[in-house]
Amino acid sequence: MNLTLHVWRQANASDGGQFVTYKAADINEHMSFLEMLDIVNERLILEGGDPIAFEHDCREGICGSCGFMINGEPHGPLPGTTVCQLHMRVFHDGDEVWIEPWRATAFPVIKDLVTDRSALDRIIQAGGYISVRTGSAQDANAIPVPKENADLAMDAAECIGCGACVAACPNASAMLFTSAKVAHLNLLPQGEPERDMRVVEMAHAQDAEHFGHCTNHGACERACPKLISTDYIALLNRHLRQAKFRRAGDLI
Amino acid sequence: MILDHKIPSGPLADKWTRHRVDLKLVNPANKRKYTVIVVGSGLAGAAAAATMGELGYQVHCYTFHDSPRRAHSIAAQGGINAAKNYQSDGDSVYRLFYDTVKGGDFRAREANVYRLAELSVNIIDQCVAQGVPFAREYGGYLANRSFGGAQVSRTFYARGQTGQQLLLGAYQALMRQVRTGTVKMFNRHEMLDVVVVDGRARGIVTRNLLNGKIESHVGDAVVLATGGYSNVFYLSTNAKACNVTAIWRAHKRGAGFANPCFTQIHPTSLPPGGDYQSKLTLMSESLRNDGRVWVPQKAGDQRPPHEIPEAERDYYLERLYPSFGNLAPRDIASRRAKEAVDEGRGVGPSGIGVYLDFKDAITRLGKDVIEERYGNLFDMYHNITGENPYEQPMRIYPAPHYTMGGLWVDYNLMSTIPGLHVGGEANFSDHGANRLGASALMQGLADGYFILPLTLGDYLARGGLEKIDAAHADFRRVESEVTERNQKLLNARGRRTVTQFHRELGKLMWDYCGMARNAAGLRKALQRIPELRQEFWDDVNVPGSGANLNQSLEHAGRVADFMEFAELMCTDALERDESCGGHFREEHQTEEGEARRDDERFAYAAVWDFNGVGQKPGLVKEPLTFESVQLAQRSYK
Repeated sequence: MNLTLHVWRQANASDGGQFVTYKAADINEHMSFLEMLDIVNERLILEGGDPIAFEHDCREGICGSCGFMINGEPHGPLPGTTVCQLHMRVFHDGDEVWIEPWRATAFPVIKDLVTDRSALDRIIQAGGYISVRTGSAQDANAIPVPKENADLAMDAAECIGCGACVAACPNASAMLFTSAKVAHLNLLPQGEPERDMRVVEMAHAQDAEHFGHCTNHGACERACPKLISTDYIALLNRHLRQAKFRRAGDLI
Repeated sequence: MILDHKIPSGPLADKWTRHRVDLKLVNPANKRKYTVIVVGSGLAGAAAAATMGELGYQVHCYTFHDSPRRAHSIAAQGGINAAKNYQSDGDSVYRLFYDTVKGGDFRAREANVYRLAELSVNIIDQCVAQGVPFAREYGGYLANRSFGGAQVSRTFYARGQTGQQLLLGAYQALMRQVRTGTVKMFNRHEMLDVVVVDGRARGIVTRNLLNGKIESHVGDAVVLATGGYSNVFYLSTNAKACNVTAIWRAHKRGAGFANPCFTQIHPTSLPPGGDYQSKLTLMSESLRNDGRVWVPQKAGDQRPPHEIPEAERDYYLERLYPSFGNLAPRDIASRRAKEAVDEGRGVGPSGIGVYLDFKDAITRLGKDVIEERYGNLFDMYHNITGENPYEQPMRIYPAPHYTMGGLWVDYNLMSTIPGLHVGGEANFSDHGANRLGASALMQGLADGYFILPLTLGDYLARGGLEKIDAAHADFRRVESEVTERNQKLLNARGRRTVTQFHRELGKLMWDYCGMARNAAGLRKALQRIPELRQEFWDDVNVPGSGANLNQSLEHAGRVADFMEFAELMCTDALERDESCGGHFREEHQTEEGEARRDDERFAYAAVWDFNGVGQKPGLVKEPLTFESVQLAQRSYK
């Protein structure tokens, strides 16, 4: 198939940036989207041009490195799929494809499709962990965890930190990302001692990074390649309210 | 180069316990005076950096990714072994140790492997305490599954993404230390060289991937936890950025490289598509718990799978290895798959592939159970191939996956360069000639959480470190060497892309130093590699400048290192004139086609000393002696 790509090119953070049009010719339908971009880049290099910069690594949907907008949808049209897992059989000969980076104040563009997502690390630094020194753990089976909780925690823990949720949200809120981590750890008994600190500090950190506020729009859930549920946003809100009403030392 | 393994004396089961008493300690109030450099933020790196931060050291942790959580450990699927014996099926520390040593075809260092098995139980405890969401049974207790090379069920898992969850546990611990202020992260910094001052590793030189600046970083000790080199084959299950650079540069500065030819080909990966293929996708070994491997009995049988009756199918792993069946270890399962395809019995459009069939498991357990165990893996397969594995068998084929070889380390995980320590896949120590499934995660965390923090303390406590800074002449010199090398790549302005060269090298290595090797093929590769390397330096096209984000330049540096390393790997494969584990020399096989070891002549770790690019490297042998196990022909029948 032959496609026309309109790709966002931006030399650096201070460059205004613009869309540039490229032809992607003779594309095999079994290729992945990134393999298609690799081919476009190889041709660009051989013609003396500057290849399109995009982040990627595992090429199997787990590292969270890759991600950009394809025709206005984060990671493209298929649900539960990252761009590296998107295969060209979803497109047709003659299609036009608009490719641009995540758009959010909290994710400044570095170059072309590469953005700075370090804000997500800083949210984790605020409380996305359980404070347990190496070596102080008790036997792993000492605390049984109800299977349902373990499964829900696992569902939430599947977040790969790609930022698609932020890109999809009209407010550029990071609530799905933050609530997934809060839920993962707060649903487990090991996370109990710090559950209030965690939700309060992570929510504050998110605001400090200039992500927008959540207005229950729901676009995040639809864009998430790991199908994380907005139920976790409800959980975060509930835990945050509870935390605000509790004082340190309360037994409830 | 002198190899002093520092293995403690005494009974195997007591060595690590006694060694911990002998290790020197750094006073708690003094720890903050030391700076430890950790390169790599995967399981071994993040665990080591976080733990040392908790202990009070100043830690500088480097990753070339945008975040520590992108390390390739994140992609590991199937599980992590531990000798907890929760299943009460006969497991023990000794049995895990024995399975691992046997699985390594008796080419691993016995004491290291025993320690690994001992520490496995602590790892699970630590991970659960961090909130790693391992699978649980209905009563709330941890679940287990079986993995290749074992007859007990000792693998802990988190769906099909155990690596991600373990890495997130370590990454979160690391982020806590960043907040506390003990760890400073240097994201988007690629280590390009080690600096040795007065015979000790005192720091690294990095390139900032955003602005291209070459910078020196001084420390009191250096840890390399930079993963494996499967990308020497270009197509592997590794992530695109995985490379040999950090350990190769350290090797060129004096760190012995051990057993580079011990590479692991994983039996269950998706078969390659076309020339555009950028990497191979792993299908977790855990699938072999329930899937049955088969090919048609007759060569050239092109019928779709559901039209081939049972009697005309060859479940060859079950036939050849009655007691291990589909869970035969990786090296054995991979070679049998290659054999089936070479005989013309391969399946799929390219004829390169064998079936992994879940029909019987789905009938026996129901689709829901299979979905719960492997859901995301089945979806991944469906996405990539367009075929539904709930309804037709998966097509799989072996792919390069893991490297048992790496920098030589002693019992303290220190290389032949004093102060340079190596953890995780980057070192050579624990897996011998073949790694069992679910043991890489175990080794990375054992090294990172429980060994390095103690042994580094011992190194630092022994003192003798002068105060130096980045203005030191040795640092300046290495900075200019690194700058010059990058400039040379940019100036070549040739006609072929980095990827084209990488692909050509990869194919050469797959053909002559892949699953099955022979002397003639290896000599051919050794003749071609220097030629290809010269072509690369003369004719590579690296666009742009070094002063900003330049992914081609990053890739070029890594391929330049592969072009040198590949020669060492083939040299090692040629020198080791026996078969063992993943190193299969066609000239040395049993009548049944299994690896034939030569323990008389080759029971050693081959440690290579760098003598210059294109120069014959020196070989120093570390003899491997076994107190506890009897060397035997590995049988999984």
